[in-house]
Amino acid sequence: MLLDIIILISLLALGYYFGQRAEKKHYKSIIERENQLIKLPLVALKTPPPIKQYEVNAALVTGSVVISIDFFKKFIASLKMLFGGRLTTYESLLDRARREALLRLREQAKIRNAFVVLNTRIETASISKSSGRREGSIGSIEVVAYGTAISMTNRRRNITS
Amino acid sequence: MILTNIEEVPGRRILEHYGLVQGNTIRAKHVGKDILASIKNIFGGELAAYTELLSESRKEATDRMIQQAEAMGANAIINVRYSTSSVAQGAAELYAYGTAV
Repeated sequence: MLLDIIILISLLALGYYFGQRAEKKHYKSIIERENQLIKLPLVALKTPPPIKQYEVNAALVTGSVVISIDFFKKFIASLKMLFGGRLTTYESLLDRARREALLRLREQAKIRNAFVVLNTRIETASISKSSGRREGSIGSIEVVAYGTAISMTNRRRNITS
Repeated sequence: MILTNIEEVPGRRILEHYGLVQGNTIRAKHVGKDILASIKNIFGGELAAYTELLSESRKEATDRMIQQAEAMGANAIINVRYSTSSVAQGAAELYAYGTAV
């Protein structure tokens, strides 16, 4: 009994320490990279910008990330689930995952010299439900972002399908 | 093969629609990786092994879709969509579909 409590508390402490540190570091790198890639807009529109049609090139780009919650946050969330209300611990997890996936999408688009990414879509899936002890607990989530990167080409292309 | 997720290929004209093409793959998780993941669940952070696994599987689904389109004689796939669903505990299906043109 006492051992159980000691294990729980040490897991909470470990989760708190490493989780907070990882989150701070991640947010710092996200903000840094977002500032670098701010010139490359992601849009949810489907129509290409009005430029001469034959000069552009299109390609599908994706960015994905799997991110896991720490034990401390999971514990807090399970406590909060008794009372209801906002689960701020999960909010920051999802926010980090989405921003990271979008950043990876932009990095992919940057490699292709794209100037805009059209029809950006974000999908979220919760994986590894089985590794959680409780039913329906979110262990880790996957976020995929994908879109069509539009880049300019210098040479004219033949108009074929 | 050009892939886009909009209804056209910018800069090209669509001559013919060949119909829907699709590709899927179902992946089960590795036990060792699963144990590592549950350890990571204590500390939090990114699961790089899973990110890699899923993006690889997604690429495979896309490749199968492309193969199908090539067999039809298409040279582009438009309106590509991805979807993920978990079919069983510990296994995930990755599905890609689009219209071959």
